[in-house]
Amino acid sequence: MIRLPMMAALVATLFTAPAAQAGQTENEAVTHFTLDNGMEVVVVEDHRAPVVQQMVWYRAGSADEPKGSSGVAHFLEHLLFKATDKLEAGEFSATVAANGGRDNAFTSYDYTAYYQRVAADRLGLMMEMEADRMKNIRLTPENIETERDVILEERNQRTENNPAALFSEQLNAAQYLNHRYGVPIIGWKHEMEELDLEDALSFYELYYSPNNAILVVSGDVTPEEVRELAEATYGQIPANPALPERLRTEEPPQIAERRLIYKDARVAQPYVRRSYLAQERDSGEQEEAAALLLLSELLGGGTTSYLAEKLQFDAQIANYTGAFYKADTLDDTTFDLVVLPVPGVSLQQAEEALDEALAQFMEAGVDPEHLERLKAQLRADQIYARDDADRVAHRYGSALAIGLTVEDVQAWPDVLQAVTAEDIMQAARDLFDKRASVTGWLMKEDAQ
Amino acid sequence: MRLIYALILTVIAALPARAEVDIQEVTSPGGITAWLVEEPSIPFVALEIRFRGGASLDAPGKRGAINLMTGLLEEGAGEMDARAFSRATEALATNLSFDVSDDALSVSARFLTENLAPSIDLLRAALQEPRFDEDAIERVRGQVISNIQSNQKDPNKIAQQTFDRIAFGDHPYGSSLNGTLESVAGLTRDDLLAAHRAVLARDRIIVGAVGDITPEELGQMLDKLLGGLPAEGAPMPPRAEVDIPSGTTVVDFATPQSVALFGQPGLAQDDPDWFTATVLNHVLGGGGFESRLMTEVREKRGLTYGVYSYLAPRDLAETYLGSVSSSNDRIADAIEVIRAEWAKAAAEGITQEELDAAKTYITGAYPLRFDGNTPIANILVGMQMLGLPTDYIATRNDRVEAVTLEDVKRVAAELLEPENLHFVVVGQPEGLEAADTAQE
Repeated sequence: MIRLPMMAALVATLFTAPAAQAGQTENEAVTHFTLDNGMEVVVVEDHRAPVVQQMVWYRAGSADEPKGSSGVAHFLEHLLFKATDKLEAGEFSATVAANGGRDNAFTSYDYTAYYQRVAADRLGLMMEMEADRMKNIRLTPENIETERDVILEERNQRTENNPAALFSEQLNAAQYLNHRYGVPIIGWKHEMEELDLEDALSFYELYYSPNNAILVVSGDVTPEEVRELAEATYGQIPANPALPERLRTEEPPQIAERRLIYKDARVAQPYVRRSYLAQERDSGEQEEAAALLLLSELLGGGTTSYLAEKLQFDAQIANYTGAFYKADTLDDTTFDLVVLPVPGVSLQQAEEALDEALAQFMEAGVDPEHLERLKAQLRADQIYARDDADRVAHRYGSALAIGLTVEDVQAWPDVLQAVTAEDIMQAARDLFDKRASVTGWLMKEDAQ
Repeated sequence: MRLIYALILTVIAALPARAEVDIQEVTSPGGITAWLVEEPSIPFVALEIRFRGGASLDAPGKRGAINLMTGLLEEGAGEMDARAFSRATEALATNLSFDVSDDALSVSARFLTENLAPSIDLLRAALQEPRFDEDAIERVRGQVISNIQSNQKDPNKIAQQTFDRIAFGDHPYGSSLNGTLESVAGLTRDDLLAAHRAVLARDRIIVGAVGDITPEELGQMLDKLLGGLPAEGAPMPPRAEVDIPSGTTVVDFATPQSVALFGQPGLAQDDPDWFTATVLNHVLGGGGFESRLMTEVREKRGLTYGVYSYLAPRDLAETYLGSVSSSNDRIADAIEVIRAEWAKAAAEGITQEELDAAKTYITGAYPLRFDGNTPIANILVGMQMLGLPTDYIATRNDRVEAVTLEDVKRVAAELLEPENLHFVVVGQPEGLEAADTAQE
């Protein structure tokens, strides 16, 4: 097997590997509590190395943006590295670096998160600074102008220069008729160009407060230390009583199959991608998501998957096949299938082969040995996960940011192990409704 | 609220945490050596193996053979065809991956302690008895060709390959290890068997293991895993002549943002000035948001999302490289700023404040790398690739601390060649000086 670099790019435009969602025998090392002002705190202990990571997750992402201001959540993320009452622009990261650490941040549909990795004895300083910028940023018109150029260059780099990313944007926009998951996280270019100080500050003032944030600390630290430091820093910030309830527009019934073609001269390897609207993980109701996760692995999780077997090994019409399911979202998610045909096989033929394979799968059902192998891997992943406390921290942070609870996270491995072949087939029957799907062809400019 | 912690911690920031790693040098009964860190707290083992030489050992006219061979190691071995092999690794929840670079073929394995024996059987079969079945060869060949075609349309890859061709010419470093569409189409099963004999030999093995395993178990495992390989592989390729002309090369490619790769000759990791150069590069373009390039090109002018420079020592040549991307109408400005910063650092060196900040970062960040079995196993093989002793970890930060402002000034003047810094620009850049531009 050769890893296809363009597939890596494609996968990046889709989702992270579902196996990363599994398992936590590390439960005994995880502590959870809430400060008086409503800020949730999770501590993941790992005392093997004198290292600590702090993450602060805000329950505010691109899908929470007001209409017309797409990209403002991510723009604000950049602006949080500018000045505060206490720090000059750039001083936050410079201070982290001067203490031997690294910091960064990321924005998704449902959350924005900031993190630092430092020697364990620097945690107090990190909390001090992170608490400071939760409320005290000071922005200038120059900051806005320069940083807007930076995010436009970021969009150039991630999206405008990458036909697979442009295709993915169009496909998502067609999938969601009425929900903000159809708008790119980084923003539409024409709206990004208009973002201003007021857009950034109104998003900041609405969403950045302790009662809308989750602190996750992982590494060589005890819950007692974290509580003491957190109370001295974040604990001093009052809750925002005006924090709105997190209500989003909902999808209407999707009753019309959508199809699209994107042509670009920079496409080297055409492919077919189909997305279906799908159920996500919900608190206390994770069973269907667990079944869909296993379905994605059975269908498109690698060399032994059903689509690889049918299209790469038997029919030999594809260089690559894959299935992707992102369980961790606040609202309806998608389940994606990809077929990248070998030369000489058209996208029409590739799509027909995909549909035929899906029909055969629905007929044949789940191979029990394959399901058992997947469950064994998920169990092993609970052991491997203990090697990476930061990954565990990420799992808790993202889960709490999308409305799941610590109990949901800890129940997830058992929910996965309890999934039956019939659960998977029922989830597949519910999922594969073409009326709720988009089929896209990514093609070369000159292709017919 | 005051930043009380800032005051306290600035004082002690010069005392970074220490990386506490107890490395044992293990020699197997059959004479294979490895570095081991025992870490029994989690019941699994991370194992990293390197075969020196890597894809640079491709025979003349067979470019891409070693890459294709590497891709086939997990596509059938011993009694198992590709699918049976995959099912067997899945059933054990063992992770095996094979990769190749210019300098080494890499094997990464992760297995549960309870599955050690059957996991090693699988890996042994992959390394010693790969089948190279005809159908697998055709399937993986198709994947490689797809890669080559994708790279031809990827501005980052175009820039990389153009720069390598300019810098290294006919040396293996001067071309992609994937090979060309023609060379890959012509590879036969015999070529793959020859590639396997050239690279997978006992005279070039480096091993790092971390996890729940004893020295005795590791020794036995090594003999089983590697003892059956031939004693000697192909002779190592010669060093590469680094010949980078001055100026700018533009590769026309219709895309909104130009991608630029820039570089000049570098220096080796065993050079007495290595740590001085590391400090210099951190200040110039290696540190994250606070490097001079990032400050000038991104923070002050908003010309890019990211600009970086890095020392690139390889086994057979050393370069000093960097990268930046800006929209076609702004890339010329970004390049001008980078050239000016290169020249300024060459002429003036850095400030005491920058030196101090760089040292606290570089020394403080070092122990943060040792934060799991898998990263530590990678560090162990990386150190051995460079010929470093096991006590390097304990002394490394002292060598960073010993760098003086005068050292940096001298090395900056010697190393940085602003007039010879070559830019390869892929895109449709506007306003790059015509005298500077050599259309490809």
